[in-house]
Amino acid sequence: MQTLSPALRQLIIAMGDDALILGHRNSEWTGLGPVMEEDIAFSSMAQDKIGHAWALYRVLHEHGGPDPDAFAFLRLAEKYTCCHLVEQPIGEYDFSLMRHFLFDHAEALRYEALADSSFVPLQQLARKIKGELKYHTLHANAWIIQLAQAGEEGKARMQAALEETLPLALGIFEPLAQEAELIASGVYCGEAALQQRWWESLQPILAKAGLALPATGDLEPAYGGRSGWHTQYLAPLLDEMGAVFRLDPEATW
Amino acid sequence: MSTPLTIDRVYQCLATVMDPEIPVLSVVDLGMITGVELAGSAAVTVKMIPTYAACPALQFIQRNIQVSLERELQVPVLVQVDAATHWHSNRLTAAARQKLEAFALAPPPVSGKVSAEILLHTPCPHCGSKDTYMRSPFGATLCRATHFCKNCGQLFEQFKPLE
Repeated sequence: MQTLSPALRQLIIAMGDDALILGHRNSEWTGLGPVMEEDIAFSSMAQDKIGHAWALYRVLHEHGGPDPDAFAFLRLAEKYTCCHLVEQPIGEYDFSLMRHFLFDHAEALRYEALADSSFVPLQQLARKIKGELKYHTLHANAWIIQLAQAGEEGKARMQAALEETLPLALGIFEPLAQEAELIASGVYCGEAALQQRWWESLQPILAKAGLALPATGDLEPAYGGRSGWHTQYLAPLLDEMGAVFRLDPEATW
Repeated sequence: MSTPLTIDRVYQCLATVMDPEIPVLSVVDLGMITGVELAGSAAVTVKMIPTYAACPALQFIQRNIQVSLERELQVPVLVQVDAATHWHSNRLTAAARQKLEAFALAPPPVSGKVSAEILLHTPCPHCGSKDTYMRSPFGATLCRATHFCKNCGQLFEQFKPLE
């Protein structure tokens, strides 16, 4: 069994933790969505994200890492490397939708890049997941455009949500300590290149929605998550998420 | 006299293993089977893929395949997930499309492409009208989208295209 380089482990864990934590947050809309279709949409996206996290943790497991369930549920908060964006509470629907829009565009581009990765397990996974994420971005785009065009209040709320969420979203692209090695070996293009592609991909949709994108230079990215430094919101989320698992970690389901 | 164990015979058995979420389709109709081998550690090795990465029924389907084949063929069967192949909606067989229509679940477009155009004009499985629109790209299961028919005034579901 081939073991993974620390740089590769770092990338896979960051991706898996983002998907797991946002998946959990999305699931908090189950039963509470503003309309039934949205309740179903956020629940479905939660299921997809948690499934993607599980697939990534399995890649670790297949290369000598821990059991995927134990890895998902039993780590201390500082061992998670998710970005601050995904930790935030669901808030109002405008925030949750904006987070979904900004995160899923980034994730779709990340898997698009990984579909040509030199690391075969990620390449295979990316080819599958990138198709599934088309429905996430389709859903996000439709709602961002509709709500921003739904009158004065809608537009003002979506613009405010965009400005509040952008600095957090820039944290998705916090550079990984050893990413130069991953770029050199053709695993992927690196965070800065992804951020550039993401920024370009947002423009046409926000233009259609009539929302103004602030200049990135004026924003302070929410960094720290990739090195295990988190907001006050992660620890309570982990407590709740792992409560049932910790009752009996050896149980089979 | 027992029937000899052949790849065709294994496929005949697989055609009777139905999907738990869409019970009119077999794992063969769905294009979930990527290979069958009659050598190796088990007498029969079946390679299969899930439709969606997060499909909650994957292990259930794997187990169903193993149990059904072992009962029919009376030999040990191994069912493996094939990481090298990914599922897309053009893996559905022509027979699967007809069965979906009869089940009132609109089949995915043959192009299999996902673009903004798929939001409109999916033929309604109840009345056949194309005066329809997508209410949500999500539905009761990960593989379904929800549409509305303006002609007959009914919601309907579609087995959505996946690239």
